[in-house]
Amino acid sequence: MKEIPVLEARNINKFFYNLVETQVLKDITFTIKRGEFVSVMGKSGCGKSTLLYILSTMDTSYQGRLLIDESPVTGRSQSFLSRIRNEKIGFVFQFHYLLAEFSVLENVMIPGLKLGKMGRKELEYKAMEKLRIFGMEDHALKKANQLSGGQKQRVAIARALINDPLIIMGDEPSGNLDKKNSDIVFGIFKELATTYHQTLLIVTHDHEFAEGTDRIIEMEDGRIISQ
Amino acid sequence: MKFGLLLEIAQKLMLARFKQTLVAAVGVTFSITMFVALLGFMNGLNMMLDGLVLNRTPHIRFYNEIKPNPNQPVDMSDTYSSYNNTIRSIKPNSSRKSIYNSTAMIHTLLNDERVLGVAPKVNTQVFYNIGNIDITGSINGIDVDAENALFSFEDYVTAGNSDDLKNINNSIILGKGAADRMLAQIGDVIQATTAQGNTVRLKVVGYYQSGLGDLDNVQSYTSLETAQKILGEPPSFITDIQVKLKSLELAPSMAIDYGNLFEIKADDIQTVNAQFETGTEIRNLISYAVGITLLIVSGFGIYNILNMMIYEKMDTIAILKATGFSGRDVNIVFTLIALIIGIVGGAVGLILGYLAGMGIDQLPFETEALPTIKTFPVDFNPRYYIIGGVFSLLTTYMAGYFPAKKASSVDPVEIIRGK
Repeated sequence: MKEIPVLEARNINKFFYNLVETQVLKDITFTIKRGEFVSVMGKSGCGKSTLLYILSTMDTSYQGRLLIDESPVTGRSQSFLSRIRNEKIGFVFQFHYLLAEFSVLENVMIPGLKLGKMGRKELEYKAMEKLRIFGMEDHALKKANQLSGGQKQRVAIARALINDPLIIMGDEPSGNLDKKNSDIVFGIFKELATTYHQTLLIVTHDHEFAEGTDRIIEMEDGRIISQ
Repeated sequence: MKFGLLLEIAQKLMLARFKQTLVAAVGVTFSITMFVALLGFMNGLNMMLDGLVLNRTPHIRFYNEIKPNPNQPVDMSDTYSSYNNTIRSIKPNSSRKSIYNSTAMIHTLLNDERVLGVAPKVNTQVFYNIGNIDITGSINGIDVDAENALFSFEDYVTAGNSDDLKNINNSIILGKGAADRMLAQIGDVIQATTAQGNTVRLKVVGYYQSGLGDLDNVQSYTSLETAQKILGEPPSFITDIQVKLKSLELAPSMAIDYGNLFEIKADDIQTVNAQFETGTEIRNLISYAVGITLLIVSGFGIYNILNMMIYEKMDTIAILKATGFSGRDVNIVFTLIALIIGIVGGAVGLILGYLAGMGIDQLPFETEALPTIKTFPVDFNPRYYIIGGVFSLLTTYMAGYFPAKKASSVDPVEIIRGK
């Protein structure tokens, strides 16, 4: 089972053109297999977030090839990429990024409603299930901005899970949280990886966090130095 | 399902900025209200003013014109065909005023299916004798029933009853101005002298007021029979044949056709009253321009509010895009917001506009010149409501187009990284 590649990056190069040309990613090549819990480590500015946005299909100006679920996504249309993001990728940001206008439950449901594979009732049930995993079911009907930071991040992870994505990507998901909440979030990821065999790719600069993962990809100056 | 979700998001975004949304909608409501009320009022006035003249003007009028014969004998003569004609100041001869073979003409006209109705008339000049002063006037002998049906004659009879003209012998309905000069009350008998020198005594049974002062000072009405009797002419004596058509547009061509057929002068309404059409058109144009300007201004309001909303909701847009909403979806969300503002604002505007029209319709508007009008006239033509509705959608869509396009092209990476 572990042999099926979920995500493949081949020779990815990325340039920023800000008066002068700077190369931020140099020849990035790696593969993530199903069920792996991978962390990307590196100092600030080494290009790890940039890489993550390319891998998540949100950033499309790069050279090289990217395959998700064994099919190439490089150069595909924006609407195709939206569909991929909706169906196959769950995203957790450093800042929780919940929609303040919606309730917690609705926030979790929205990507599912967008996918449209399930009815509203079913989705509501499923969203409650996801919230229950993180002990957030009591807050389901609150507005998103009535929650604490740690709670918001847990809801964001529940949202990332709603469409049973192929892979969950996190951009410093615990970076903005205190030690206690950070541990909770890490615990959640760990549980997802071991109990549900969820594939995870988490960008972090927290050593402690990274050491708990199956595999660490270390980056420096836009290169992978070890994986 | 998917559209429902986008609608839900649009709704939530609007509720989050309820005040601004309301202001935008009120802008649309106000402009649609004004648009509908203004056009209804303007057109009501237009129709009334046009009706003032056009309703009482026959679409085609046949009469014998007093003018020199264009076919002068000297032009026809072979002997003088190579000569220059220097005869000047040719006078019309005393040709008959009555229309020749009028009964047959009326019959022909009534059989034409384009014709709504025909009203014969005898027109004659008289002097009203007041003591030892004579004032000029003109008496129209009319067929009361036809005149009522075709030209709403009774609407302009402000006192008395138009039917008395045919029921009472030697009766007259005096122009209001003429009656005032003669101090003639209803039931009084006045004396008039015809151009031929006959003196007649006529009983006043009503007053006629058209709203055109000059006309009311001169014009009076009797029945056809009375007019023929005054002139000492037989019942076939008719000076004018007035025709009302089913469609006003046909008048010019039919006037030419029948004029040639009957060999008689035929005037059509367009030629006689061309200026009314022009006036109406220009008044309409101005009211449309004002209404559309109002709508465009409210469109700018919507544009501003949507733009502001997009700046405020950058995070929301970014997150929607990151979780799988395409640029098109985001575009639809903001276009929906604009259209909902347009639909709700427009619908309320149409209702308020209708109520405003009803309100204006109740306002008293009484003037000497317009005896039939008691309140301000308002036209409730559904056309204005349709135009108003369509325009409110169109302007709000246009106002939403650019902000929505901008929202759809928001780069989620930039927003998320920028934090």
